[in-house]
Amino acid sequence: MAAVKLVELAHARSGDKGDVVNIGVVAYDPEHYPLLVQALTAARVQEHFGDIVQGKVARYELPNLHALNFVLPGALGGGGTVSLMMDAQGKVFSTALLRMDVEVPDEVAGRVRGRGRLPQSPDPNGEDTHG
Amino acid sequence: MRGRGGGARTVRVAGAGGFWGDDLDAPMRQVEEGPIDYLVMDYLAEVTMSILHKQRARDPEAGYARDFVALMERILPACLERGIRVVANAGGVNPGGCADEVARAARRAGVGGRLRLGIVTGDDLMPRLDELLAAGHELRNMETGEPLAGIRERVTGANVYLGAFPIAEALGRGADVVVAGRCVDAALTLGPLLHEFDWAADDHDRLAAGVVAGHVNECGAQCTGGNAMPEWWTVPDLDRVGFPIIEAEPSGDFVVTKHEGSGGRVSAATVTEQIVYEIGDPAAYPTPDVVADFTTVRLSGAGKDRVRVTGARGRPPTGWLKASIVYAGGWRAVGTLVYAWPDAAAKARAAARVLRARLDRLALRFDEVRTDLVGWDSTHGPLAGPPPPDLPEVQLRVAVRGSERAPVERFTREVAPLVLTGPPSVTGFGEGRPRVREVAAFWPALVPREAVEPFVRVETRAA
Repeated sequence: MAAVKLVELAHARSGDKGDVVNIGVVAYDPEHYPLLVQALTAARVQEHFGDIVQGKVARYELPNLHALNFVLPGALGGGGTVSLMMDAQGKVFSTALLRMDVEVPDEVAGRVRGRGRLPQSPDPNGEDTHG
Repeated sequence: MRGRGGGARTVRVAGAGGFWGDDLDAPMRQVEEGPIDYLVMDYLAEVTMSILHKQRARDPEAGYARDFVALMERILPACLERGIRVVANAGGVNPGGCADEVARAARRAGVGGRLRLGIVTGDDLMPRLDELLAAGHELRNMETGEPLAGIRERVTGANVYLGAFPIAEALGRGADVVVAGRCVDAALTLGPLLHEFDWAADDHDRLAAGVVAGHVNECGAQCTGGNAMPEWWTVPDLDRVGFPIIEAEPSGDFVVTKHEGSGGRVSAATVTEQIVYEIGDPAAYPTPDVVADFTTVRLSGAGKDRVRVTGARGRPPTGWLKASIVYAGGWRAVGTLVYAWPDAAAKARAAARVLRARLDRLALRFDEVRTDLVGWDSTHGPLAGPPPPDLPEVQLRVAVRGSERAPVERFTREVAPLVLTGPPSVTGFGEGRPRVREVAAFWPALVPREAVEPFVRVETRAA
């Protein structure tokens, strides 16, 4: 077994309803969906977010879409225009979850390594944002 | 093929906006770049509703999405020419006022006499709030369980989410443009499908399919490659991203696509990301018309930038409709400064301590004071870990909220002094003093269905 980042196994989108955030997590590869079901328990996600989430995390399964949906109540400091958070609408809770480490079989780790992020440019001067 | 009456027919419902402020040219591109039957636009987020309530409080003629009027002036001749019908919740908290302005816009565009305008109302609960409370409906907050009575005198607006049948009725009575107020976003797409396919109110699976179609369609380009993670750097031509088109069939099956040659991407991944967006229990997505089950949905490729969606199942709707009640929630302000290397994060934190100590000494009372370092922990919080000592720069962001305006006002004058009185190498104060904003707080509540009566008007105004 080897640890990979969830961002290498799945993509995600998050949003708000009042003070509640939901994060939909979608396996890049349908055959990795069972790995997500096993690793991403509601308890594990609760632990990952710690004090960021005040309520109890709920998990829902969408096997046809090889996706999981997490509902995080009390995550937005009141939500809407009450919330003083930068991310008051929970738009990037998605990538906060994708930071999680997930244990996967070695051959899976080998295949997914580096996925989900911009490939490193071979030429360090190739991407000049100051032009 | 389109239109009512027999045979295999596909109805194309084009999504052209996911919020008030979305790509202004998207509706024109949807009309110009290929065939469509309906153009639908969602203007109303909760925060938008609070702004519209404020505007109407200042001016009884206001309270709707003004951009929609300008858009109609520009686009109506082409829509009427091609038989494209428009459905939008641009009416905000004043659908009648919005419709009046659309009628004037149509006259200016030279199509005033030809336009049949549909207006859907009945979502405004404000005039009936006390009647509902008196009848024993406590309108408890769906998140906290508290009854509304505690904040009743601070309520500035109350709207119930209507479903798709009033929209279908307006279309059935010949409306070329349907202006609605608060309705569920998916109704903007489901309404045209109900009208075209004559789906019955108890045909729950088809209604659910229409809700899934509407849910995919309602956030504009968010299902066609915008804000999509999978290999985002390879999504082509987002500067002219194709907005979604739902090609729906009478069976409820539909294809998500976009105009040929437009930018963006439609794939199972981009559609799935949108299906899971802003949902709770995916097996029970509640709407006024049906409880939709998203877990039975299947996606399959149907060609380049085409994804076929099948299998949605539905159950009867509940006896309750969701209302969104807005109330005055106090005042807020956000102040920012930028600290540069070396020790940028440490300097920003030291500055925040100085500022908080000053606020304490001034005995300013706030409900909340929040400090973030933008460029470090403002989005992922503790998950970001400790900042590296070589962080090139960081923005200090201090936000306050309180029930009284005066302390918040005073806070806005305490940020700039840090430039000369706080830690060194600070800049980024060029935008001036922070603005004090009013907080519009939301109170989600359930209202019994029988207490709500949607009202549909369809009319032709004089040219």
